[in-house]
Amino acid sequence: MDRHYWKGGPAAAFTSIVALALTGCAAASGATGPETAAAPAASDASSEPYASTYERYPGVPTALVGATIYDGAGGRIENGVVLFANGEVVGVGDSSLTIPDGYLEIDGTGRFVTPGIIDIHSHLGDYPSPSVPAHADGNEATSPTTPEVWAEHSVWPQDPGFSRALANGGITSLMILPGSANLMGGRTVTLKNVPSRTVQGMKFPGAPYSMKMACGENPKRVYGGRGRMPSTRMGNFAVNRETWMEAQAWMERDNPSRDLAMETLAGVLDGEIGIQNHCYRADEMALVLDMADEFGYQVSAFHHAVEAYKIADILAEHDVCAAVWADWYGFKMEAYDAIPENAALLHNAGACVVIHSDDENGIQRLNQEAAKAQADGIRMGFDISDADVIGWITLNAARAMGIDEMTGSLEEGKMADIVLWNGDPLSVYSRPEMVWIDGALMYDMNNPLMRPVSDFELGQPGEGDVK
Amino acid sequence: MKRLLTFAASAIALAASPLAAQDIAITGATVATGDGSDPIENATVVVRGGRVVAAGAGVQVPAGIPVLDGTGAWVTPGIFASITNIGLEDVGAVSASNDIDADDSPFSAALDVAPAINPQAQDFSYSRAGGVTRASVTPGAGSSIFAGQGAIIDLGADFDAVREARAFQMVEMGERGARLAGGSRTSSHALLRNALREAADLDDVGRLRTVTDNGRVRSGDDLSIDPRLAGRAEREGDVLLSRFDAAALVPALRGEQQLYVRVERASDILAAIALREEFPSLDMVIVGATEGWMVADRIAASGIPVIAAALRDLPASFEQLAATQSNVGRMVDAGVTVAIAQYDSSGEHPRNLPQMAGNLVGINNVPGHTGLTWGEAFAAITSVPARIAGHANEGVLRNGAHGDLVLWDGDPLEVSSAPVRVWIDGVEQPLENHQTRLRERYRTLDESQLPPAYRR
Repeated sequence: MDRHYWKGGPAAAFTSIVALALTGCAAASGATGPETAAAPAASDASSEPYASTYERYPGVPTALVGATIYDGAGGRIENGVVLFANGEVVGVGDSSLTIPDGYLEIDGTGRFVTPGIIDIHSHLGDYPSPSVPAHADGNEATSPTTPEVWAEHSVWPQDPGFSRALANGGITSLMILPGSANLMGGRTVTLKNVPSRTVQGMKFPGAPYSMKMACGENPKRVYGGRGRMPSTRMGNFAVNRETWMEAQAWMERDNPSRDLAMETLAGVLDGEIGIQNHCYRADEMALVLDMADEFGYQVSAFHHAVEAYKIADILAEHDVCAAVWADWYGFKMEAYDAIPENAALLHNAGACVVIHSDDENGIQRLNQEAAKAQADGIRMGFDISDADVIGWITLNAARAMGIDEMTGSLEEGKMADIVLWNGDPLSVYSRPEMVWIDGALMYDMNNPLMRPVSDFELGQPGEGDVK
Repeated sequence: MKRLLTFAASAIALAASPLAAQDIAITGATVATGDGSDPIENATVVVRGGRVVAAGAGVQVPAGIPVLDGTGAWVTPGIFASITNIGLEDVGAVSASNDIDADDSPFSAALDVAPAINPQAQDFSYSRAGGVTRASVTPGAGSSIFAGQGAIIDLGADFDAVREARAFQMVEMGERGARLAGGSRTSSHALLRNALREAADLDDVGRLRTVTDNGRVRSGDDLSIDPRLAGRAEREGDVLLSRFDAAALVPALRGEQQLYVRVERASDILAAIALREEFPSLDMVIVGATEGWMVADRIAASGIPVIAAALRDLPASFEQLAATQSNVGRMVDAGVTVAIAQYDSSGEHPRNLPQMAGNLVGINNVPGHTGLTWGEAFAAITSVPARIAGHANEGVLRNGAHGDLVLWDGDPLEVSSAPVRVWIDGVEQPLENHQTRLRERYRTLDESQLPPAYRR
């Protein structure tokens, strides 16, 4: 249970941090490119560190025919056609869409098609199963600010949870975050949900980084409990502000030496790294928005934002997404005012809604969680379409993660990250039937050989079983 | 559906005593009786004097009974939620409000949740609004393998929640039990055996008479308090348990009180079953059983019922390596009596039980999976857990059963459905709570005239 109090969550935006930080520095100091390039960091900057080695797996040109399509962007097509080839969506339309020669036709009659589901808040790999202390790699809880750590350096690619998220949840992309023990927990990493020997083999090519931040109870409890700052919410803000000022000063230096923490913070202040901010209470979110104004950065999303409904107008005005659970409540004081209508009230106010999991079980049912949140809104009298609700777990998540130009909706030219469901994805009775990532079939409900099994599970009870 | 939304709960405060039961007949609804059968369309349910009179198709409505048109709605018995912490906490992480674990208590088996249960805790009303009408409430194991004694409650909006105090003793015999026992399953098994033998020593009736002269102490229910609980504190011999704890184990040893044994690993389940060879009168229930499917035939042969999580499918620990969502279905197919209960994450609550059950119906469409039929799945959160708890007249709609009804706006196992009205013992229940009030306060964010604090 304790682990849940610590986990926090978020999602966001950029890549080559080192290059970024230097760019920002150079811009601020007026230094010219050549000097910057000559700095020690420059050689690292020339290639992205820990770069993605992921390449899409082979696929065949495929036509999904006759299904109900939710495109992730609010569109719904009955008896539709989705075409994809060479890793990309080629076309989406109604039954009049011509199927080119050479396409494998899959009958989607009575089935549903959505973009691949995206979880903006996961700890798979950094809090993997089995959940033993030796696997607890999600919180560098030794200092209240650790912008220098990168979640990808904790991700264990053999976490069996990835396969469950794929097979039961239709998850094709996910953001792995450091936990929420720290005010600044470190860099997030966005992954394609493909089994891999290395984390680099899972990294979403071109996905921006985000930095995880956390409001409220967790940081002050963890550090206050050790007799050090912060021990209060005001302490939380003071430490954050001083850290941002430190980053500003670092950015103004001529030829600063490399500093992992400052590089990440500078990336945020330059707008190239997003902020995924674990924050429960409405009043604290409002304060964070002012802190972002004070230092000139943008919050990508508030995570676990159980009180977002109280400030839905402010969040809409600031164009900040709220990543929320459907109906979690009560497990900690700052979750006391959580209500099941949170997502619906946000949606009704025109704010960006994302349904997230923060949980290795919940990630397998984001579709159901979104459906619950929708139903609670409809009972309030709100008009919330099924197509919009699918957007809560696809395009809106992609947007807050900075990957919406590449995935999150079924549009020509986007990645062919697609789920064929055996029924309405907003029903408890439906499951993914087939899942494609970049046009490659990665899961097939009807083929036991298309069910990935992690190294950990080999030779163990239940290996390769339905899960 | 609007016509069903007629009950106006005027007060959130609990009634000082139970409200009066009202006779009612609901007609034209889809009725699921909770006994494992399929739902019945266009059926009728009649409740009189707080008890179900009849439920099914072709039921005649007695003259003079108020009739509610249930067309388009579903009517079911209330959910029976097993192994909950309802009423034991306000906020999990606020330790002062959390009475689940007693980590620093000198007592273990003697711990009794009954006096700690608070019907005003929000979890009570949230669960009730989710259609949960009955539950078992268990303490958590804090300092010993013995968590203490759980109770059976109803979730009525009154102060008389506890229907059966000290209904069961909970003991941890898996990984957690081993840690609590000193670091190994060897110790938890030794501790359990020793504790039961100490209880047996105390159960010597002849000696009892010399120790106390209090006779039977009445507790107001079927289960008498062992007189030694009220007697002297001394006893002889080399003992590990306090006298109070040992005495509390006497009913479990005698089989007068259920012993809930939490185990997950297949081999741990078999070790638990084997306890009955040494202690034949134990009335055991296996709680957990994540790997139960691997030894389902042996559980079935033992006749011991199981309360299991529905959706575990990860090797979350080394005692759950074989976890699969087919676990419950495979055990049921093998003849094991299985109730569903699962609150693994911060977000899983008793009101999510229908969703869990619904998932077990859904997996039937996935080749290789073994799920439950709709009727089995619904029974696994209503009549089956009630029966396991020894309360066969709860969680079911049949003549003589408690008048616990839930009127739903759709298929209760579907995630888009929710209760519209709830009755317990024929008493219609308020469904308002902290969450519904917040919802209404923030329905609009307009503060042009006054801040939200003035909206009530």
